[in-house]
Amino acid sequence: MGRRVGLEVSLACAEVVGLCNADVVAAYPITPQTHIVEHLSEMVADGHLDAEFVPVESEHSAMSCCVGSSAAGARTFTSTSSQGLALMHEILFIAASLRLPIVMAVANRSLSGPISIWNDHSDIMAERDIGWIQTFAENGQEVVDLTIHAFKVAEDSRVCLPVAVNLDGFILTHVIEPIELPDKEEVDAYLPAFEPSQSLDTANPISMGIVGMPEIYTEAKKANAVALEDSYEVIKEHWAGMAEKFGRTYKPIETYRTDDADTVFVTMGSLGETTMSAVDQMREDGINVGQVRIRLWRPFPVEDFMEAIAGAKTLIVIDRALSPGLPAGPVATELRGLLYAKGASPYVANFVCGLGGRDVTRAQFIEMYQTAQKAAASGEEMTCQMVGVKE
Amino acid sequence: MSAQAQAAPQAAHPQDELLRTDRIPHIWCSGCGIGIAFGSLMAAIAKCDTPRDDISVVSGIGCTGRLAGYIHLDSFHTTHGRAIPFATGLHLTRPQNKVIVASGDGDLLAIGGNHFIHAARRNVDLTVICVNNFNYGMTGGQLAPSTPFGAKTTTTPMGSPDEPFNFCALAAACGATYVARWTALHIRRLTTAISEAMNKKGFSFVEVIAPCPTAFGRRNKIRRSLDLLRFYYERSVVKNHLAPGEATIDFDNKLVVGKFVDIERPTYLDQYDMVNRGELEAWPATGVDASAAGQRKAG
Repeated sequence: MGRRVGLEVSLACAEVVGLCNADVVAAYPITPQTHIVEHLSEMVADGHLDAEFVPVESEHSAMSCCVGSSAAGARTFTSTSSQGLALMHEILFIAASLRLPIVMAVANRSLSGPISIWNDHSDIMAERDIGWIQTFAENGQEVVDLTIHAFKVAEDSRVCLPVAVNLDGFILTHVIEPIELPDKEEVDAYLPAFEPSQSLDTANPISMGIVGMPEIYTEAKKANAVALEDSYEVIKEHWAGMAEKFGRTYKPIETYRTDDADTVFVTMGSLGETTMSAVDQMREDGINVGQVRIRLWRPFPVEDFMEAIAGAKTLIVIDRALSPGLPAGPVATELRGLLYAKGASPYVANFVCGLGGRDVTRAQFIEMYQTAQKAAASGEEMTCQMVGVKE
Repeated sequence: MSAQAQAAPQAAHPQDELLRTDRIPHIWCSGCGIGIAFGSLMAAIAKCDTPRDDISVVSGIGCTGRLAGYIHLDSFHTTHGRAIPFATGLHLTRPQNKVIVASGDGDLLAIGGNHFIHAARRNVDLTVICVNNFNYGMTGGQLAPSTPFGAKTTTTPMGSPDEPFNFCALAAACGATYVARWTALHIRRLTTAISEAMNKKGFSFVEVIAPCPTAFGRRNKIRRSLDLLRFYYERSVVKNHLAPGEATIDFDNKLVVGKFVDIERPTYLDQYDMVNRGELEAWPATGVDASAAGQRKAG
């Protein structure tokens, strides 16, 4: 029934990739991802994981190598951050369009410049449209569970798509947390050996990655988009299976004290835990506030989200990246579009915070709440505000 | 400020005028060889006749990459692997500048390897100084393209199965006009090499064999910097003008150091200017007799 251990989240991530019997790991070191791949290379060297570890010469090569190994039918894992994810950019689309079930842990980190090794979501927000399933972990246990789930979903013959599991750099990657690591037998029972729907096979040759002329390109892209949308049901199905096997329940959208909440914070990733404690404090002060956490970012769980925020008069959307030139962060922009399409009109206040590793405190969430209340009472549209900027 | 602090003597470095002293202390570990390479570079710049405004330093990512932030000259700290293309753009815009690229083995020859070979092929007038510490120091000591076969790193804990690059042979094979290698204990010769490289027209390359006791040394049981420096120095054999392909880094035998290449070759701008002046000969220079084509009889 698993074992409860105190483990650095990066090492837990590597351990669970081992439990999942990855065949190939190709990676290039980049802070703060390094401990994940270093630990995997140790596991391979020690004989604890029967896999090929390929220390390639760049992230572009890492993702290219993953595409090759996945196309040949190997269970494939990689991990990167920030500039590394940006360097993978062109191959990320190819992994998705070739329907290759690669799993990648993204240790979220800000993009240059200025050069910063610290955490925010600017790396993954720039890769929003790569066609991958994308999930966000809030703590170490979620990293473990979402990684197992990622392989299960990615390789499901109804899905065949790559999955990116996002974990906040340093805030999660370098922190030791109490984690329940499942037993090998439990993982084996949940995640059987990878049976590729199609793979490169000399006995039955197929060609992958060839040119799509205008007569077929649109249909190919449509098929891809439909596959990603349809993965939603499979993602939920496998989370349900996970709850049964491992006893932990996951939903695409999580809610916290939203039942009678007039105002709801919307968060993604580890910052949500600080928000939660701010919500608790405000609740003690008699303020009807709640929280919605987006765990599944792609495919976006539209109905779950609408249900979660039903009844809220004000949404406070927290963005961890900028969308320069538009008065809203990327998450708020998407949610506003969604609300408009659904004919819902809660007041949307948008704050960008925690850029490049800047801490966001519980007190700052309370200030955001107060600012949002004032703005909502005035009825005037509120442009995105950056929190804690030194003047 | 307390009286005691005021009384403390202000430590000065002979090259303080070339340092952004407000950025000191630097991030490099004690015993790192980058400081020596940096000192040699500053000594070479101090001796150089070029006005300071016409010298620029470009670096990539990694431990050596931080150098651009500490030098008090026009400098650019680029993204990982892209120091040479940035420097090429700078050079083409300000051809009067001496453009120095200073970066590590991982940055210049792994993620940026493609730029290195093409800049050498084109003979872009750059001075490239590579501090080779045999691993990716900044991220914690992972496998680099320079890691010796069998050496341990954090991503090859049982030893590296890869054959490393010989950077000097690579640079020479790609067309570099100046190629030298010295260890961080050959300080005077290293400084001379950097001076010569800066004065050389074309793609000049200086490799500095440098100790990384924190990451590389520790994993390979040579933990003290001086021991690593001696390990490199004692194995080194000076062989100037040796064919670069024979200038091996063999820790069980000889670590060949010296000046291997010092030749003249038209630079990228020289040849580019020929095109602009319309002086480029038709290709192929021997001409083609179109009327003869297809008329050769079989047998």
